[in-house]
Amino acid sequence: MITLNINKKNYNIDVDPNTPLLWVLREHINLVGTKFGCGVAQCGACVVHLNGEAVRSCVTKVSRAVGQKVVTIEGLSENENHPLQKAWIENDVSQCGYCQAGQIMSAAVLLRENKNPTEQDIDNAMAGNICRCGTYLRIRDAILLAAEMQRKEKK
Amino acid sequence: MENIENKQSRRTFMKSSTVAGGGLFLSFTWLSGFVTAVPVGEAPSGDWYELTGYIKITPDNIIKLINPNPEFGQNVMTSLPMIVAEELDADWQKVVVEMGPHDNVKLGPQFTGGSNSMRMYWRPLREAGAAARQMLKEAAAQTWGVPVDEVTTKASMLLHEKSGRSGTYGQFSSKAATIPVPKGMKLKEVKSFNVVRNSKKNVEGEKIISGKPLFGLDYKYEGMLIAMIEHPPAFGMKLKDFDATETLKMPGIKDVFRQTLYEDGFEQGGFDTRSFNELLVVVGKTTWEVMNARKKLKVTWEPIGDTLKNTMGGRNGKTEITVPGELETTTKQLEKFKEYAAKPAQQLRRDGDPETAFKNAAQVIERTYNAPFLAHNCMEPMNFFAHVMDDKAIVAGPLQAPGWSEPTLAKLINLPADKIEIQMTRMGGGFGLRAYGHYIYEAALISKRIKAPVKLVYTREDDMTYGIYRPTYTTTYRAALDANKNLIALHVKGGGIPEHAIHANRFPAGTIDNYLAEGWRIPSNITTGAFRAPGSNFAAASEQMFLDELAEAMGKDPIDFRLELLKRAKENPVGRNNEYNADRYMSVLQLVKEKSGWNNSENKKYSRGVAAYFCHNSYVAHVVDMVMRDGQPYVERVTSAADCGIVINPDAAINMIEGAVVDGIGNAFYGGLTMVNGEVQQKNFHQYRMIRINEAPKKIDVHFVQNEIDPTGLGEPPFPPVFGSVASAMYKLTGKRFYNFPLIKEFNSLNKA
Ligand code: FES
Ligand code: FES
Repeated sequence: MITLNINKKNYNIDVDPNTPLLWVLREHINLVGTKFGCGVAQCGACVVHLNGEAVRSCVTKVSRAVGQKVVTIEGLSENENHPLQKAWIENDVSQCGYCQAGQIMSAAVLLRENKNPTEQDIDNAMAGNICRCGTYLRIRDAILLAAEMQRKEKK
Repeated sequence: MENIENKQSRRTFMKSSTVAGGGLFLSFTWLSGFVTAVPVGEAPSGDWYELTGYIKITPDNIIKLINPNPEFGQNVMTSLPMIVAEELDADWQKVVVEMGPHDNVKLGPQFTGGSNSMRMYWRPLREAGAAARQMLKEAAAQTWGVPVDEVTTKASMLLHEKSGRSGTYGQFSSKAATIPVPKGMKLKEVKSFNVVRNSKKNVEGEKIISGKPLFGLDYKYEGMLIAMIEHPPAFGMKLKDFDATETLKMPGIKDVFRQTLYEDGFEQGGFDTRSFNELLVVVGKTTWEVMNARKKLKVTWEPIGDTLKNTMGGRNGKTEITVPGELETTTKQLEKFKEYAAKPAQQLRRDGDPETAFKNAAQVIERTYNAPFLAHNCMEPMNFFAHVMDDKAIVAGPLQAPGWSEPTLAKLINLPADKIEIQMTRMGGGFGLRAYGHYIYEAALISKRIKAPVKLVYTREDDMTYGIYRPTYTTTYRAALDANKNLIALHVKGGGIPEHAIHANRFPAGTIDNYLAEGWRIPSNITTGAFRAPGSNFAAASEQMFLDELAEAMGKDPIDFRLELLKRAKENPVGRNNEYNADRYMSVLQLVKEKSGWNNSENKKYSRGVAAYFCHNSYVAHVVDMVMRDGQPYVERVTSAADCGIVINPDAAINMIEGAVVDGIGNAFYGGLTMVNGEVQQKNFHQYRMIRINEAPKKIDVHFVQNEIDPTGLGEPPFPPVFGSVASAMYKLTGKRFYNFPLIKEFNSLNKA
């Protein structure tokens, strides 16, 4: 039995400690917002936050998350009101939508570290997240918009 | 008309995740608390009154619109209900949308593909909205005792101005549901639309950005097991023997067995592919356990040899095809292309006397273009849920064409079609791949065998190496010019594995007096199928690349050259069977010329390429602006012009075109699947290069031709013309013409040389 703290809640789970965090989230805890895209750290669909850092949960053993704070897309904000979520809606970014949770989770770390990212900063930070539908331009714009919202909120 | 029972049960499984309180310790075990089905729509409780198959209204005025067509990112969940809401005069802000079940009687053809959703549903959905509005008006008129013509509607309200009476649609929904559905209602004028032609946000946007269960992989069912399949490592191989002793010892593993897809002599439907007919199935409790246990399998494979495949339906009726057993290799395929290209081929169209024209030509230009297999690489790997019971079955997952899969499914599991419930989840991409039902059949056969609900899951490697790929193609163009550099003849001859990409009656056919189109095919065991604008994607690439080179040889501007040809097609076409409208073609070229500032000197700093194409009923032209960045070509800007008739949801339509442009650049530059002895060489994204955000343009500027023509689709049409515009820009950038996809591979190999 291991104990995980996910989105500020504790869970006791009986699982092989080598299981990737991705599958624990999806199949043991029923948080399916975190997606399986490649399983080999190539696409970013599975990004979650481990103590605030973006990690690819498909290659992160659940044992690494024990005693740490895990945040998934479901716990990113209270009422879908993270600036990124609002900006994603405002720009109507999604097509199929499958990659978008991972995109937002990657972007959230960027925005925390860099309040005023340039397009170049965004490209650098987001190059690990594939969007097969090609919504990259909207992703960029949504991050810029979220950064602006975030700056305004702070004032 | 029937009273619809309330549907709360669909939401039930969500409860398991909402009971988790802050700081509370909750133990979750697999299989606990999961009850049937994906939650689709908001489904409030209460009675739903059905007014046509597409509209349900509660007495408290909640209007639910049923989206009939599977959603794979083209945004039909939003755009199709918008059409109903328009004619219904429903308040869009208060409408809820739900994905419909598979029901061809109530919900029409239900097919996502061919960019056909809009075309198929435009009229039926308008008629449904208008009919329901009339039923509500009748109900109000009867209740109020006033003439029906005096009742008006606005934003889900019924009004009678003279008497000052009003009521909600909900108030009259139960009465309206008893009124026969009227036919032939007058539809609105395009000018008076206030939902359609206005940008509406994706109705599932909030769910997507908050991680709600929407996709096939998210689907849960009580007692559901997970299955994976081990398929042969190469096309042309089959399962010989296996030893699962170690696998069966692994935790969570329930069963390992051999599963045949089609028994000998089974008549496959037109969309039933057969990549590998015998599969090794591993069933267990969780995905990770099954993934792990697969690694312990000891399997031997053997060459399959030539096989017979029986197909029914389709264009040719019943056919029997011999599938060659060869283990194919990409380099050898390219050699075969040259060999076949030299042989006589099937004539597809002939105008005038091309042979004589070529004999008399002052100059002949001949160019050959090649393109590789492409994998769809939908972001959500293939998967499907099935629960096959003795007397009925439930299947659920990502699926483009339920109606095409159902007959085969019914035969395979030996149940009548009306005992099979098919649910379509949101798809994490489709691009044509999910029109082919093999993975549903696999899931259903596995469920039938193990007598349990099961979800079949492909890993990314399974998905990439067990594909139904875009075929590999080659096309040779020849043009004959006279001494004055006039184009006097054109000859196009193409082939591929297993089909060619020649559309003999498309532009520029009809614009040249002497014209010959020919095609040939090489049969193969590599399964191929529809991939975003099938056939058209490469047809457009080769044609538009050649026209660009031809324009240069003739000393003409590439846009003006195309416009000249189109003028000929309009005024004095050659032949009668020309599958395009010259005016609409011209209008997108003129629009892109204007909007891109084609002749503006300030744009000279870019290497510019243009292309236009018509397929799947819409016209699109692009101008791409390329620069060299860190030694690699980079598309910095794109200007696009489209004519798809009435644009239902403008911002979403722009999103579609942006996405197709990015996808087109990615596939033109990087896309390609190669084989060695039948084995796919790219197994995951570290080997199959996908376009990433840093390679996407900074700007894509989209414009629509404004007209009132009935709408056509946008999923496919913007994709094919990207290839030619990118290749032509690369020529401007480097001074070299490129003939082989993926272009960056050719660019890098030339640079090395
Ligand atoms: S699923 Fe983890 S990076 Fe792709
Ligand atoms: S929206 Fe489909 S993969 Fe990104």
